[in-house]
Amino acid sequence: MITAAVPEREDYLNVSHGLKSWLLTKDHKRIGLLYLATITLFFFLGGVFATVIRIELLTPGGGLVSSETYNKLFTMHGVTMIFFFLLPSIPAVFGNFFLPMMIGARDLAFPRINLLSWYLLVVGGLFALFAMLAGGVDTGWTFYTPYSTTYSNTWVIATALGIFVAGFSSILTGLNFIVTIHRMRAPGMTWFRMPLFVWAHYATALIQVLGTPVLAVTIVLVFCERVFHIGIFDPALGGDPVLFQHLFWFYSHPAVYIMILPAMGVVSELVSTFSRKAIFGYRIVAFSSVAIAVLGFLVWGHHMFVSGQSLFAGMAFSFLSYFVAIPSAIKVFNWTATLYKGSISYATPMLYAFGFIGLFTMGGLTGLFVAALGIDVHVTDTYFVVAHFHYIMVGGAIMGYMGGLHYWWPKMTGRMYPEGWAKLSALVIFLGFNLTFFPQFILGYLGMPRRYHTYPAEFQILHVLSTAGASVLAVGYAIPMIYFAWSLRYGKVAGANPWGATGLEWKTASPPPLHNFDKIPVVTHDAYDYSTVVGEAVEVG
Amino acid sequence: MASTLQEQFDTEAQQKDASTLGMWIFLITEVMFFGGMFTAYTVYRRAYSDAFAVASSSLNVTIGAINTAVLLVSSFTMVMAVRAAQLGQRRTLILFLVATLIFGGIFLGVKAYEWNEKFEQHHVPGPSFHLEGVPQQSHAQLFFSLYFAMTGLHALHMVIGVGIISWLIWLARQGRFTAEYNTPVDIAGLYWHFVDIIWIFLFPLLYLIDRHLPK
Ligand code: HEM
Ligand SMILES: [Cu+2]
Repeated sequence: MITAAVPEREDYLNVSHGLKSWLLTKDHKRIGLLYLATITLFFFLGGVFATVIRIELLTPGGGLVSSETYNKLFTMHGVTMIFFFLLPSIPAVFGNFFLPMMIGARDLAFPRINLLSWYLLVVGGLFALFAMLAGGVDTGWTFYTPYSTTYSNTWVIATALGIFVAGFSSILTGLNFIVTIHRMRAPGMTWFRMPLFVWAHYATALIQVLGTPVLAVTIVLVFCERVFHIGIFDPALGGDPVLFQHLFWFYSHPAVYIMILPAMGVVSELVSTFSRKAIFGYRIVAFSSVAIAVLGFLVWGHHMFVSGQSLFAGMAFSFLSYFVAIPSAIKVFNWTATLYKGSISYATPMLYAFGFIGLFTMGGLTGLFVAALGIDVHVTDTYFVVAHFHYIMVGGAIMGYMGGLHYWWPKMTGRMYPEGWAKLSALVIFLGFNLTFFPQFILGYLGMPRRYHTYPAEFQILHVLSTAGASVLAVGYAIPMIYFAWSLRYGKVAGANPWGATGLEWKTASPPPLHNFDKIPVVTHDAYDYSTVVGEAVEVG
Repeated sequence: MASTLQEQFDTEAQQKDASTLGMWIFLITEVMFFGGMFTAYTVYRRAYSDAFAVASSSLNVTIGAINTAVLLVSSFTMVMAVRAAQLGQRRTLILFLVATLIFGGIFLGVKAYEWNEKFEQHHVPGPSFHLEGVPQQSHAQLFFSLYFAMTGLHALHMVIGVGIISWLIWLARQGRFTAEYNTPVDIAGLYWHFVDIIWIFLFPLLYLIDRHLPK
């Protein structure tokens, strides 16, 4: 099968032209690229906030910004990164682009709803952006009441509305994925022949659909309380602030799995492709995604150990949190077992997969620390927690995202990225990440609280290390932006299957035609059956 | 006739299946959405049960019951509309859709009357709120805050439903539905029944529970 990009071949990129053909497109691939552009902008914005935060923390006395501004900075950093970058990232970009292709469909079940969901993210983002430009918001990304409903004098409502709208984007994406997976599979594509990426997105979609509406109603109640002073959460009016925390974390704990499950799906693809072996224990890995989605709904109270919930509740949530770790660990073990006796190649996507496995393990293990009631009372609200979730969200989820971006770039654009630069930047990111966040574990353990911009002088060395790491990390993220742009023009032309991978997305041209396949494939093999790609070029070592 | 099959599907049956499943999943998200409010209601009813009992018995059960009946009848007419659509009976379809629309309108009208009554009786949370027989006024206010939030959200869903049905009537008049293609009527029916069911839970929770308690 030789499908190198002959200039006149029609594909989804050149089938129509002009701004309108993009803004009104119903093609899941183009919508994926619209998302890619949007979230890249938000990633940049969140990065700007982070930069100011890290510079501020260079000195113990503060000084660069006031306390009020600092509160706004970490709030806007969190809001941007979580709601407008990481939650949509892998599902909305790669899920959109590749989920239909992987199951042999021409598009998602509801293309117009898919486009709508992108517009919702943009509108939500504009609300949030407006709030940030108008003066910012200072409640923390967690919007704890009654501060957010009564006392804060910042742009809470505009930001919350933005999150509300963006939430519907997430809901509609999840709904579309579930229906697509149920109803649009190609002939022969049984549930247990689906790539693990698809399973991971199925589990993610369940959380999006079941969790996000609860966030939405919580925001409605916060809105009512702030505007009409009705007292659902404000104790002065008879309300209960802990109820807010329950509702918020009922969504926001599962939401952390919206961020990590898709990355796990990417890593499954990468580990298999670059060791040329089927994933060890395919079914268990598939089920573990669903198990994570289900169990993830039972542990929200581990964010509330010091909120005044009952001791019994605290113990129950602590106990249940250990259960979620089991399916996560299963995945790590099975990826590792897959590597055993595989023919491993160290292409850039695989480097990111290795990065994910190591850093996610650190994040998960420290998750067990903070899930232990006794330890958490010591480290809660310190940098230890900050380090824990950055290991998972940046070390895990973003590594998965970067791995996916390199892996699928040739399919999306028809061009290879420069491998040498890519390896270099993967290394820089890994080092920069650890230098940024490892010191924060120590800081937190020694008692540095989160969300303060002044601190005792003895913490300065660790903070300086962290800021130095952040600079390295920034360079690591900047390099890919440059070479990806460069590759669009000068990159080597990619064949249909540059990695010798097994997924259906590789069985069609790069970039794919408008409806993905010239002829809908009939599936006769399991996922990751490398006997189907014998003889196809593996170009990278 | 122009094809109603969208290009991502292979068959009409697959398309219909997908749309129906999509609507069911949407309804599940709605359950979770309302679920948050029901949780809040449950928590406070338990915490302030005395105030809630008094506040609850100040609601007008007769009006609530009438509205429940109105909604149930509208569900029936909606079922008949779906059936007419499946049989390809255009005029009957329009007739039953209009009937559903009217009953939906009546419900909203009665609701508006009820809310207005609350304003006159000072039962709307705010500075002028007052409810006889409750020592802690803020607890009774909380009941009415939840009452307005929940019935308001329900009414909003009704308004959207009325909009959808008007749109269906417009399509039906253009002859867009046939015995082969009537998915929009079908899934709009699902939505309408769902909004009914929400009320079936709201009515006992807000109006009936605790009525037997002494004031
Ligand atoms: C392996 C399973 C995990 C366990 C047992 C776990 C446990 C915990 C616990 C107990 C806390 C609360 C600490 C405190 O506030 O004192 C916490 C915080 C957090 N975790 Fe995890 N976690 C796990 C996985 C994850 C994953 C996969 C993510 C994200 C992708 C994540 C993101 C977060 C975030 C964002 C916070 C802090 C929220 C905040 O207060 O702002 N965690 N985790
Ligand atoms: Cu959690």
